[in-house]
Amino acid sequence: MEKFTTHTGVGVPLRRSNVDTDQIIPAVYLKRVTRTGFEDALFAAWRGDPEFVLNQPAYSSGSVLVAGPDFGTGSSREHAVWALKDYGFKVVLASRFADIFRGNSGKQGLVAGAVAQEDIELLWKVLETRPGTEVTVNLVDRTAIADDVVVRFQVDDYTRWRLMEGLDDIGLTLQHEGDITSFEATRASWRPKTLPAKTLPKVDIEAARPV
Amino acid sequence: MAGTLAEKVWDAHLVRRGTDGSPDLLYIDLHLIHEVTSPQAFEGLRLAGRQVRRPDLTIATEDHNTPTLDIDLPIADLTSRTQIDTLRNNAREFGVRIHSLGDADQGIVHQVGPQLGLTMPGLTVVCGDSHTSTHGAFGALAFGIGTSEVEHVLATQTLPLAPFKTMAITVDGELPPGATSKDIILAIIAKIGTGGGQGYVLEYRGDAIRRLSMEARMTICNMSIEAGARAGMIAPDETTFEYLKGRPHAPEGADWDAAVEYWKTLRSDDDATFDEEVVLAAADLEPFITWGTNPGQGLPLSASVPVPAEIADENERVAAERAIEYMGLTPGQPLREIAIDTVFIGSCTNGRIEDLRSVAKVLEGRKKADSLRVLVVPASARVRLQAEAEGLDKIFLDFGAEWRNAGCSMCLGMNPDQLAPGERSASTSNRNFEGRQGKGGRTHLVSPLVAAATAIRGTLSSLADLDLPDDVDLTSFDGTPLAPLDPRVLLQV
Repeated sequence: MEKFTTHTGVGVPLRRSNVDTDQIIPAVYLKRVTRTGFEDALFAAWRGDPEFVLNQPAYSSGSVLVAGPDFGTGSSREHAVWALKDYGFKVVLASRFADIFRGNSGKQGLVAGAVAQEDIELLWKVLETRPGTEVTVNLVDRTAIADDVVVRFQVDDYTRWRLMEGLDDIGLTLQHEGDITSFEATRASWRPKTLPAKTLPKVDIEAARPV
Repeated sequence: MAGTLAEKVWDAHLVRRGTDGSPDLLYIDLHLIHEVTSPQAFEGLRLAGRQVRRPDLTIATEDHNTPTLDIDLPIADLTSRTQIDTLRNNAREFGVRIHSLGDADQGIVHQVGPQLGLTMPGLTVVCGDSHTSTHGAFGALAFGIGTSEVEHVLATQTLPLAPFKTMAITVDGELPPGATSKDIILAIIAKIGTGGGQGYVLEYRGDAIRRLSMEARMTICNMSIEAGARAGMIAPDETTFEYLKGRPHAPEGADWDAAVEYWKTLRSDDDATFDEEVVLAAADLEPFITWGTNPGQGLPLSASVPVPAEIADENERVAAERAIEYMGLTPGQPLREIAIDTVFIGSCTNGRIEDLRSVAKVLEGRKKADSLRVLVVPASARVRLQAEAEGLDKIFLDFGAEWRNAGCSMCLGMNPDQLAPGERSASTSNRNFEGRQGKGGRTHLVSPLVAAATAIRGTLSSLADLDLPDDVDLTSFDGTPLAPLDPRVLLQV
């Protein structure tokens, strides 16, 4: 994962609340087996609308998304984060994030910063009155600056540290492999194992046909 | 020290307590996998030269993409087929158990775990799917994870997690006739909002919850994520033990006794404190439906479409205006007058045998409204077999419904089961987001009983709108166990 300390890029005001992950990337795009190439899928249902913010030239190269509350609700699809990153976003600011989305962002190096709603309104005002305004996001002191507006954002200390160091979670966990092995030795025998597989008797399943 | 159910399960899985602000490392008992959120995780393992640490705690099934017709033919959609093939290849390469399309144990991952007896009280259960909260109905700490976390669990069988807050949601009293566990959870979400549960594990308590069957409890826990919560839990009791006993992977003999003894300790202590408490009176509930484009935009069926001008909060008002426009509704229009094009009965929320039984009981001897399409999609192949053994398939077909093979189907429209633009559904699933069931599709979330009544009348309806025969006992629809779900008897042929 790339280290993140500061980033400056065009801010995109997305004046909508409850932008769920089905809006960020509809399910039909989830059939791919790769981790990249999802930029065309981002906000797919809205991209056909010429009024949509990313279709306006001043915002189309944006990399700091400023969204309404409860961003990333719904499905756990990490594809939502991949699509934002593939499009070029490095940062999303909103007053509230869904838990899974925020977790996924942290794993992928996308900064999901929580900003008070009144500060979001200030940022929207700047970005809407002066389209193309750049926002500087500083993870070290947790501030975002657009023209004369300076707002603070929250990212938990651990995620911030990982993002700044560009650390991989699996590698960090495997430093404690001994602890995992010791824990496994204490696991009660009633706890389930999927192997060897047990099932009810196998029965043929009849295929339903179109009517 | 007194603890909540969630805290007890958490503590029992601590591999390592976090220090200096780093998260706790938790052991994962059961990892469920499906085709959509796993390919990139396996690819990550391959690139790093890692193995699956515990294939014996991992199980895969195909559900999101799979067709519900012609399942014996090659999958027509090439990208879907590639994704399914990728899962099969990954399962083979890494030694993971898989139940593929056509196998009697294939189905929606959140039905497969419970029906095999793999989901048990006191476990940690994860899956790359937000509706993993379903398994909390057994008193497990179960939550959805992203693909990076899927890879993490595959590689280490653990997850680094920051502690959750806890919220008690108490539902006391008797549900009125025609109201179900789906109405309980829709009412909870409308009350606390789609963000109300963020950062929390919800624990559902109270005598109205205690009386519910496991199927009905799964419906409630399933939609915890729709309130923003990572997980929802219900303390295990005799209903839980009865459901589990004798299932393929349930413990046996001395292991069963030891397990039950432990499971009985899995309840929040009387003096445990929750970070938040919410109380609901079951008697006040009635059939609930959603009118908007998030699951918090719900109202009792007797209400009307909201009038945005009357909503004080600006964000909510704008969201309501947008939702009403997308849904093609008129402010102030009675919800009962909304005409429906498609009724979808299925999903990990309401595709279980008990749901199919209650729907069949309402539909029996009737015909669907002419204008409607009615899809009945069992949650798993075993549920389908059980329904057929009980003759429910005949009732659905005589009614004019389509009786399909198992899978996620129209809940999210990744397979061909989709709404056309502008088409309106009454759906027993869990999400009414814009385009969720197909681009431009309009979804009203409903209980199975509302779905059944709507399928008869063609407009959003409840049992109260039907002339039900005298011998139909409405109180038997409230989610209390009807006949025990017992595939052990019916399917051991």
